[in-house]
Amino acid sequence: MAEKYRYIGQIVPRRDAVDIVTGAAEFTADRKFPGLLHGKVKRSPHAHAKIKSIDKGKAEALPGVKAVLTWKDIPDFRGGTPRNVRILDSKVRYVGDAVALVAAVTEEIAEEALDLIDVEYESLPAVFDIDSALESGAPAIYEEYPDNILPGGTIIYGPNCLKGVQRGDVEKGFSEADVITEGAFGYENIPSAIPPESVGAVAQWQDPNKVTIWGTSQAPYMDKVTLFHVFNRQVDIRSIGSHVGGGFGTKIQCWQVESYAILLSKATKRPVKVVFTKEEHIASFVLRLGSRIHARVGMKRDGSITAIQGTWYVDTGYYSFTTQAQVAIGSGELMIMAQCPNWDLKNHVVVTNRNASGSMRGFGGQELKCSFIPLLSLAMEKAGLDPFEVLKKNFVKPGGGYYWRDGKFYNFRGIDFSKAMEKGAETFGWKEKWKGWLNPTSISGSKRRGIGVGVHGNADIGEDASEAYVQLGYNGTATIFLCVAEHGTGQKSNYVKMVAEVLQIHPDRISMTPADTLVTPFDFGPVGSRGTYAIGSAVIKAAEDARRQLLELAAPKLDVSPDELDTADGIVFVKNNPEKTLKWRAMGNDRTILGYGRFEPDFTMCNCMMSFVEIEVDTDTGKVDLIRVVNATDVGKIIDPLGLEGQLNACFGTAGIDSAIFEETILDRRTGHIMNANMIDYKWRTFSELPAIDNVVLETPFPSHRFHAVGVGEVATSPGPSAVLMAVSNAIGTWMHEYPMTPERVLKALGKTGTGTGGVK
Amino acid sequence: MAAKKKTQKKAPALNDQTIKLIVNGQTYTFDIGGRAGDIEPFHTLAHTLRETLGLTGTKVSCDNGACGACTVIMDGKAVLSCKILTVECDGKHITTVEGLRNPETGELDPLQQAFIDQQAFQCGFCTPGIIMTSKALLNEKPSPSEEEVKEALSGNFCRCVSHYQVIRAVMSVAKGGQDG
Repeated sequence: MAEKYRYIGQIVPRRDAVDIVTGAAEFTADRKFPGLLHGKVKRSPHAHAKIKSIDKGKAEALPGVKAVLTWKDIPDFRGGTPRNVRILDSKVRYVGDAVALVAAVTEEIAEEALDLIDVEYESLPAVFDIDSALESGAPAIYEEYPDNILPGGTIIYGPNCLKGVQRGDVEKGFSEADVITEGAFGYENIPSAIPPESVGAVAQWQDPNKVTIWGTSQAPYMDKVTLFHVFNRQVDIRSIGSHVGGGFGTKIQCWQVESYAILLSKATKRPVKVVFTKEEHIASFVLRLGSRIHARVGMKRDGSITAIQGTWYVDTGYYSFTTQAQVAIGSGELMIMAQCPNWDLKNHVVVTNRNASGSMRGFGGQELKCSFIPLLSLAMEKAGLDPFEVLKKNFVKPGGGYYWRDGKFYNFRGIDFSKAMEKGAETFGWKEKWKGWLNPTSISGSKRRGIGVGVHGNADIGEDASEAYVQLGYNGTATIFLCVAEHGTGQKSNYVKMVAEVLQIHPDRISMTPADTLVTPFDFGPVGSRGTYAIGSAVIKAAEDARRQLLELAAPKLDVSPDELDTADGIVFVKNNPEKTLKWRAMGNDRTILGYGRFEPDFTMCNCMMSFVEIEVDTDTGKVDLIRVVNATDVGKIIDPLGLEGQLNACFGTAGIDSAIFEETILDRRTGHIMNANMIDYKWRTFSELPAIDNVVLETPFPSHRFHAVGVGEVATSPGPSAVLMAVSNAIGTWMHEYPMTPERVLKALGKTGTGTGGVK
Repeated sequence: MAAKKKTQKKAPALNDQTIKLIVNGQTYTFDIGGRAGDIEPFHTLAHTLRETLGLTGTKVSCDNGACGACTVIMDGKAVLSCKILTVECDGKHITTVEGLRNPETGELDPLQQAFIDQQAFQCGFCTPGIIMTSKALLNEKPSPSEEEVKEALSGNFCRCVSHYQVIRAVMSVAKGGQDG
């Protein structure tokens, strides 16, 4: 595209940059409230138990304690999918389940009060994984679901929510296959995204039925919607977003901590802050889904996939908020990467007695692919095919399509990503390094190198609705009304760029409201990769609408028709006669020009990310080092070069590539405790162990909005883990099928310890 | 700014002990005790900076010395303010991220400007800690190697993965350092 932009694609400092580097950026816990109380949660030490009795008398008597709430003190408010999870219940379902809430004048007093609450439990047998949860006679975690399987589908995706993929004739597909492979493969190390800012909220109740909530949510408007239903549609909720200290998809699931703050504020009539400790954040907030497939895949010698059949088991922990949605999206995402005519892919969402899994970047697709690609790899090996060629061939192209979350089939109208993939392979040196399946790229003493490749694409770039207003100021300024909390992608600054480009005014002349549901129209929030196309479209339309109104106002004054006019730098001018001008000021200071923009969901396009990885295995120690990553994508048009680089570099963090190497939560299966729910025992990559990363980004214009761009940030983590599995298998010449590939597993696979084969089932 | 120069004296403190902190060039004297505005013996330096002085630029993430978000400079060294009790800090000079700007001109420290230019942050929550760790390194060693920068920052958790841009930002200032 030869279009020249003043701001789009230029490096412009983020609007919040000075605040961030000076410490002035205000995160939820930084806000100050007069008379603030501190809330704490008493949590269950049992994985599964009935509460026989609770005595809160001693806690209430502690000076400084203002409220103690148990399940007996609050109405039957419920959340989750289906809406079956009480905020506080008479039963606990995992180690860490909320038992009681305390508000006190200091955090220390609140903590002390927790210890003064006497709880008598009747312990129940517990299940900690898919197998034990599905055994006949297994204890039921919810009476409503005696087999520990939650109903499929989610109400927000409509009555025909995608519950699996049924298409064509799988038997016919298998009969046409040259190779068929079958097995059970899992991605069950349930890592945590661990945003540095713990989840939390401050609530201020106002009788009789209003509450304001300041939360860590990355989607403040949706919290208003969720909480409205949790509180039985009886409470008027105002939700205000702050700077968010990392979300990575998890911070759309804040309804529980927000509910605690709301209930305590209602009980005390004072503002109450509840912020999880980092231990609570890991042990009682969202983890990645546990995923396992039992499946069969058929493939021709030319690399085309002829049939996919199987069952996807999803371990959601003790409850689901978004898991059925992730199953729908994940299934659709598998179709995007595997254009196959014949499908029979079922699934079960299983509950277990551990902390909940849920929303996290990758959103079902990463989890499914990390299970599926190992199976596909066996087929590619059997057919003697290069995985790069097979993944490139099977990814959706114009003319292809996929089922998406509402159960409908969508014909793909995006671009062919093959060029980006090829450019990525070239940058990585794939052809030179690929030595065939289970062959290392190089060997040097005890060090063996191997390579792998993975791919992911998500049609969430156009998911869900967004709305925005743009108001013009008579002095050549504009204000964007938008319910987006900045959570690190820099998108708030990019919306300013988009409006600046439409109105042709400098970004410094554009203001933005806080994310406040009392002020802004609806927005689903910057989740997935919808920020650029979905939210961006609403903002652009609002700016265009405001511009149209301005030109209509100016036209009679300049004695021309509106389509003969243009505007730049706060001046309206006649296109064919630029001398003839009118300042925006002519609109007068007693008038409001307010443009409105709405984006309607569009599932017809997806993004794409292919990641190439090179790893080195030390066969003496079993340690796996990530040497190099090349990420390849095509975003249509780069809006924010430095922001995009940051998002793509994120491939190893937030339970991405490193979930194949060392990230995991370790559950003690005797007690249900997460043993490493802290930032010392939960391993994360440090500055001194950085791999080389190259990002290949092409700009083939998309038929999206006027800047032809689509978002890609969410998916950076998703292709990597299975690519690492492939790379380690190639390096050591043995299939590795368990995540993460710890030294212990690698040495076992090498036959240096134990008798196992590295997890091959 | 919620921070006040010197807390006003009320009734005598329980044990009649006071503590003096010099934070960003200003001297504060606190009573050790249990009243509002006092330093309690269990208060961490991070707590005092954030809750008592209102200097919320210093972040608390793990509150357990693992993530570096709470890093401040004390007597020239980068320290984890969540692992230090305020009562141990009598007479110490402390610099927080709020104290890096030129107090006269309000001009940003070159390191802060470099973080803006390289967009060396995403969510920005870990940024104050990363900046303070880097600042302490540069004070001690104006022209560090890239490896030394990485080593100095190895205790700073950044989950968005801005590491590469952070290194560029620090190195861009290091090159301009007096030895560079």
